[in-house]
Amino acid sequence: MRKLKSLIAGLGLSVVAATSWAADITGAGATFPFPVYAKWAEAYKAATGVGLNYQSIGSSGGIRQIRAKTVTFGATDAPVPGAELDRDAMVQFPAIIGGTVPVINLDGFKPGELRVTGPVLAEMFMGRITKWNDPKFAALNPGKNLPNELITIVHRADGSGTTFNWTDYLSVVSKDWATTVGKGAAVKWPAPTSVGGKGNEGVAANVNRIKGSIGYVEYAYVKKNNMNFMQIQNADGRWVSPDDLTFAAAAAGADWFSVPGMGVSMVNAKGANSWPISTASFILMYKAPADKAAAAEALKFFDWAFKNGKKMAADLDYVPLPDSLTEQIRTRVWSQIQR
Amino acid sequence: MQTSQEQSERSGEHMLALIKRQRLQDGIFHRLTQLFSLLVLVALAGIIVSLFINAWPTFQKFGVRFLWYVEWDIINGEFGAAIAIVGTLASAGLAMLMAVPLAFGIAVFLTETCPVWLRRPLGTAIELLAAVPSIIYGMFGLFVFAPLFADFVQVPLRELLGGMPLIGILFSGAPNGMGILAAGIVLAFMVLPFVAAVMRDVFEITPPILRESAYGLGCTTWEVVRKVVLPYTQKGVIGGIMLGLGRALGETMAVTFVIGNANRLPTSLFSPGTSIASTLANEFGEATDLHMSSLFALGFLLFAITFVVLALAKLMISRAEKAKGF
Repeated sequence: MRKLKSLIAGLGLSVVAATSWAADITGAGATFPFPVYAKWAEAYKAATGVGLNYQSIGSSGGIRQIRAKTVTFGATDAPVPGAELDRDAMVQFPAIIGGTVPVINLDGFKPGELRVTGPVLAEMFMGRITKWNDPKFAALNPGKNLPNELITIVHRADGSGTTFNWTDYLSVVSKDWATTVGKGAAVKWPAPTSVGGKGNEGVAANVNRIKGSIGYVEYAYVKKNNMNFMQIQNADGRWVSPDDLTFAAAAAGADWFSVPGMGVSMVNAKGANSWPISTASFILMYKAPADKAAAAEALKFFDWAFKNGKKMAADLDYVPLPDSLTEQIRTRVWSQIQR
Repeated sequence: MQTSQEQSERSGEHMLALIKRQRLQDGIFHRLTQLFSLLVLVALAGIIVSLFINAWPTFQKFGVRFLWYVEWDIINGEFGAAIAIVGTLASAGLAMLMAVPLAFGIAVFLTETCPVWLRRPLGTAIELLAAVPSIIYGMFGLFVFAPLFADFVQVPLRELLGGMPLIGILFSGAPNGMGILAAGIVLAFMVLPFVAAVMRDVFEITPPILRESAYGLGCTTWEVVRKVVLPYTQKGVIGGIMLGLGRALGETMAVTFVIGNANRLPTSLFSPGTSIASTLANEFGEATDLHMSSLFALGFLLFAITFVVLALAKLMISRAEKAKGF
């Protein structure tokens, strides 16, 4: 009898041991970095045998899930304010950088041929500039034969970090936008001609379909769909095109530890080559996690990804964090997490 | 003698036992099926209660005004259902306006005038159409239908009717292929097979003797349909229409693709809008607090609207029957 009991106990223990050893890391949240997290997870599984179960349910969903403690880490595009982090005893750090790009459907122009400034973009999205040959827009594009066509605004119908990034930028460059519309994962779009598309792919599809439309998508979709984008004037007055170099330039100037939770806004960043609508995507974890082993595994994953995942990120048109920053994240943020 | 008496007694006992057993079986069967149907009621009540509880913060804050409050401002936490309700009713209404006459025509053709060899393949094709998943209709609507609709329907309609007083307003707006009318047309194609299939089935149950008598009296096909088939199958026809309407009101994916997803009150048939179901599909993932409870409130309202529509249909049927003296 005793033998049987010990056998059962032993079996039980070994099952528990086996499951905790092979358990996947669980995370949930932002859709914007999902492609790169998925790529990293695949390579990490091949290298270490530990998988990552990441549910791309949206930033708010990620915050909700980590607060409900159903996942080991949450992911969000819009940084959680420092006060809320302190209240929940959580830490927050950036994991990847990307950019949002204004895309247009206008015949006869090459990608990047047309130029726009932040305030003019804001006026377009507010419905005050309604035609492509508006004098304000024409003044930025001298010598270009702009059509007398109506502007159709295409925005995200679902709440998203891309919209947060976009409206954050418009709020910084236009006081009017900041007071009448504001910034958020979803806003009340003021232009009477605006239509919504679901997801980046929905916006891309609508822009490609509707003549005279303008929308905003994450950079990867611009490349994937060969979309026509506009150059933007950055804070230093230079005209820049979106690519990983200009996103990285925007990140380089950021003073990450100036804001609690590293939640610096990179929009309209200084620097000659900075793309003004760049953003970081953040990870949320508890300082005193209920499952310390799982938290340690998650940190191991990000440590590995920061070291080995740069090429994979660049292939997907994201910008990996620079080494100097990841080192600071290790020493100043991860050190707060009990392992 | 004795043995036969014994035998009859024994068979009587046997019969009693049999009856008892059968009664028990019937009883169990009755209770079991009752339990199954009660399960539906419990699920229904559970859905209503949980929707209401989750929607309570919104009802508490906005009260009845939520119904006609024209606002959906997530950042400032101001929510009203009017935009979504108008979009839902307008797109479903337009869909029924187009689908019902078409479905009626299809059903009449299939049951009255269609050559026998064509009946089967055509009927099967319609049933197959009903089995196409709604996301396919949505994708078809966005990528195939919307561009054609913009170039060949919206632009000509706007040029033809846009300048006219009063109705001109209905056809104003940017011709981008999306909007209330586009959603209505895609919905019409979605519900058409349902309504047509039900109508065909009920038309078929009209007793041949009635139909043949009418023909024998010299009625035209139209007169037979109008005076014999329709009155006889009225209940089923209305039922089929309501089934279609219910589907149109609650349809999510197909509408999300083509309605334009703009939280504004539509001003013309071409202007983008939003429906209750598409708002839920778009915004649930990122909703928190009051926004979340407002989405639950919208869900509750959709439930209520569907219920009212069904109740009205029942009322219509019973009134019509009373008038006929059934």
